[in-house]
Amino acid sequence: MSAMSSPIELDDEAAVLEQARRGDTNALTGLLRRYEGKIFRLALHITQNREDAEDVLQETFLKAFEHLNQFQGNSKFYTWIVRIAVNQALMKLRKRKSDRAVSLDEQLDTGEDTVAREIAAWDENPEQRYSREELNHILTSAVDDLTPIYRAVFVLRDIEELSTEETAEALNLSVPAVKSRLLRARLQLRDKLTRHFKRKGEDAFAYM
Amino acid sequence: MLTCKQFLDELSDYLDEKTDPDLRSKLEQHISDCPNCWVICDTTKKTIQIYKGMDPFPIPSDMHARLMSALEHKMAKKG
Repeated sequence: MSAMSSPIELDDEAAVLEQARRGDTNALTGLLRRYEGKIFRLALHITQNREDAEDVLQETFLKAFEHLNQFQGNSKFYTWIVRIAVNQALMKLRKRKSDRAVSLDEQLDTGEDTVAREIAAWDENPEQRYSREELNHILTSAVDDLTPIYRAVFVLRDIEELSTEETAEALNLSVPAVKSRLLRARLQLRDKLTRHFKRKGEDAFAYM
Repeated sequence: MLTCKQFLDELSDYLDEKTDPDLRSKLEQHISDCPNCWVICDTTKKTIQIYKGMDPFPIPSDMHARLMSALEHKMAKKG
């Protein structure tokens, strides 16, 4: 276990939250350490700006700790703070692009994007072609190219590994809306990654 | 026999293993007959796996320190 990981186990979370509600600094610090990295990554993916993401990180935890008494325990604490973070991050985006409102309910395109695509087989472990740094860059830029509505759903479902229901709750979307955005996001990313990961030369079509 | 469009509509649920057995066998039949959909299915699955395996994201220690100090400041104000 690295020094960055939290000393709190999931099972203890209810007890830790109870201590945190009473203002116990160790409990608050524990919660912070447990989730700060995930919240920062999420904020960075949505705002695409380091400074904004750090603001979102601070605002999220300040807000969460201030309103800790309102957290009912019906959902996971993580889902609850993710929802706060998403709202804070969207507010940042709106401020930045003040000429154009940003909303997760933005009209989806017609679905034609699920039709035209590059079809080529990949190597068994195509990521091994790249250094860790190059790979992180490829993966991050591909996600950052998605529109905000797809990006938020993909990050929560497939990077932060929330369930479809938790993602719907955090983003205030319906379950079918999460599912259709997730499908589009996955297919668009697959397309983008195919450019980097497809088998070289004629082999790409060896399955034909 | 499913069309490619019908297959793609179900792809996410199929990869998440959320489809009922009847639909699942129809989807599996489709990819065994359709090389293009097989490739899309296989590479989408790999896409998801690669992202799940992404490095965790520890925040820099100076950022953690700023966060702690903002929190302490707020708590001190609250008294």
